[in-house]
Amino acid sequence: MSGFDWLVPVILTVITAATPLVFAAIGELVTEKSGVLNLGVEGMMLVGAVAAFATATVTGSYILAIFAAAAAGAVLALLFGILTLSLMANQVATGLALTLFGVGLSALAGQDFVGEPVKALAKLNIEGLTDIPVIGPILFGQDPLVYLSFVLVALVSWFLYKTKAGLVLRAVGDSHDAAHSIGYSVIGIRYLAVLFGGAMSGIGGAYLSLAYTPMWAENMTAGRGWIALALIVFATWKPGLVLIGAYMFGGITILQLHAQAAGLAIPSQVLSMLPYLATVIVLVLISKDESRIRKHAPACIGKIFHPAA
Amino acid sequence: MLRIEKRPEPAKSMVYLTPVLALFLTVASSTILFSVLGVSPIEALDNFFVEPVKDAYGVSELLVKATPLILCAIGLSVGFRANVWNIGAEGQLTMGAIFGGGVFIYLYDVDSVFLLPLMIVMGAVGGALWGAIPAFFKTKFNANEILTSLMLVYVALLLLSLLVHGPWRDPDGFNFPESRTFSQSATMPILWEGTRLHFGWILALLAALGAWLMLAKTLVGFQVKVIGAAPLAGSYAGFSQKKIIWFSLLLAGGLAGIAGVSEVSGPIGQILPSISPGYGFTAIIVAFLGRLHPVGIILAGILMALTYLGGETAQINLGLPIAVTGVFQGMVLFFLLACDVLVNYRFRFKSYGKAVS
Repeated sequence: MSGFDWLVPVILTVITAATPLVFAAIGELVTEKSGVLNLGVEGMMLVGAVAAFATATVTGSYILAIFAAAAAGAVLALLFGILTLSLMANQVATGLALTLFGVGLSALAGQDFVGEPVKALAKLNIEGLTDIPVIGPILFGQDPLVYLSFVLVALVSWFLYKTKAGLVLRAVGDSHDAAHSIGYSVIGIRYLAVLFGGAMSGIGGAYLSLAYTPMWAENMTAGRGWIALALIVFATWKPGLVLIGAYMFGGITILQLHAQAAGLAIPSQVLSMLPYLATVIVLVLISKDESRIRKHAPACIGKIFHPAA
Repeated sequence: MLRIEKRPEPAKSMVYLTPVLALFLTVASSTILFSVLGVSPIEALDNFFVEPVKDAYGVSELLVKATPLILCAIGLSVGFRANVWNIGAEGQLTMGAIFGGGVFIYLYDVDSVFLLPLMIVMGAVGGALWGAIPAFFKTKFNANEILTSLMLVYVALLLLSLLVHGPWRDPDGFNFPESRTFSQSATMPILWEGTRLHFGWILALLAALGAWLMLAKTLVGFQVKVIGAAPLAGSYAGFSQKKIIWFSLLLAGGLAGIAGVSEVSGPIGQILPSISPGYGFTAIIVAFLGRLHPVGIILAGILMALTYLGGETAQINLGLPIAVTGVFQGMVLFFLLACDVLVNYRFRFKSYGKAVS
């Protein structure tokens, strides 16, 4: 009937590969917009992944599982907040600590779940719509988190650029001293932004262990947290571009998987390197234009705020 | 009300006190962790910190594990001092093992006293090359070295897997993904008869000594410290930020590379698909816990090595999962960073009620 039959499954897998990146990157984008750099995304995704998997296995409820993942990510983010916002620890070092801790903690919590199966997150199925060739399964056959990820990007974009609260958050990220002197609680706003980032990273992790590969394995994020951080630079801190970037990376991941499955003469390890090499290349290309980065990056990112009392 | 107030001067005493305090807090919290896991905390702590080093062999194993940690952490610490955030030591270590071990793979039938030195040099070259990539991208294109150095870890691990599963597989090895076992000429000399303690430990101590001399006595060491503490002052003084980025990434890469080759030609004795339980990442903790100071790093390296040994002992004796080691190491760094608030700030009770108008 059509020559595009092979295309639909490819697009569907690209979507599942991109969705965890969308969640993690859009959450971290809000954190960074408030002037905080949390390098612990990888760790927060991992605890989210294991929390979701454990909850889904034990309770059978996927809604609870997703909430558990968000909570687990937020708890780790809270630790980060206490250290960097209240105790004024270095954000880079603390973010690294969060990732190292998250890797260990998730491995410990997940040891009883390794190799256990779980049913993949259910996909939408609307009679008459999902059956439409090609566009049916793509538009009307996704799991709820995919739709949520698009809504989330739109909401974050609206929040940051169309609401007063978003303006305040950006002000805190661009000039914490000025925002403080007008009377905004810099630390309070940053705590909220950090917690939001943690919860979204947790859901990104949940997507990996419930939908992308419905299982738990140690370190199953395989660097996606770091790729999400790179995506934000790629997107020059713009929500819409984060979405495009995530789908680009999802595409590269799936392309190399399909190339491996097709039995190309290229060794599988070389193909597996592609997403990481692509991240490096993209970072280099984007960062080259230093003034563009400086124009869009939150001016206070990574800087410690201590109000002169 | 409790307030945090900036100290006029960082408190010197706190710099040395906070690691001790952090360790104390880690041990205290780990007792909760052990109880949750259903193990007696006293027994667990005994298995973690006492049992592994009860005999001479245990002590030698401690130094074996501390060797790669110290080598990596010394290099990282120089970068961290200058605000160069290389977190890819694991990849640089892997490339060192590939370059250094590769010398043996291609010269396996050579029996010469020069083979091992050549391997060590090539290991350093391999690690430094891997460190040079983020340095080049950072200085030339302003690309964030945190992300590039980390991405290259995955690339290096995949390259190692490719080689061991392919061209470097032992031709007589029944198709296992393992290289030939290293010959006598390609193996690190043993320092202590009957143990696995090898020449790499001497290299680690030399690296620490070299770093100490470099930081205390040389111009480049001075530049590293100034650029880290006050980038603006550094640039007014005409110190090149780019030069320091290159220097610290090449140094860290080279030392991590030596760590890699000393693992494959030391305790491992061949090239395997996995050659490190994350030494390159744990070295980040070692560098901070050691206060970025060579002597501190030796002590912190030995201590973190103990958590690896303790994790293994606790797994065998108490059935505790090996992942406890990772949680433990993460907690140490967390508490250290939290306690470090005491270096630059002090807590003050302030009452607002008595303020005069």
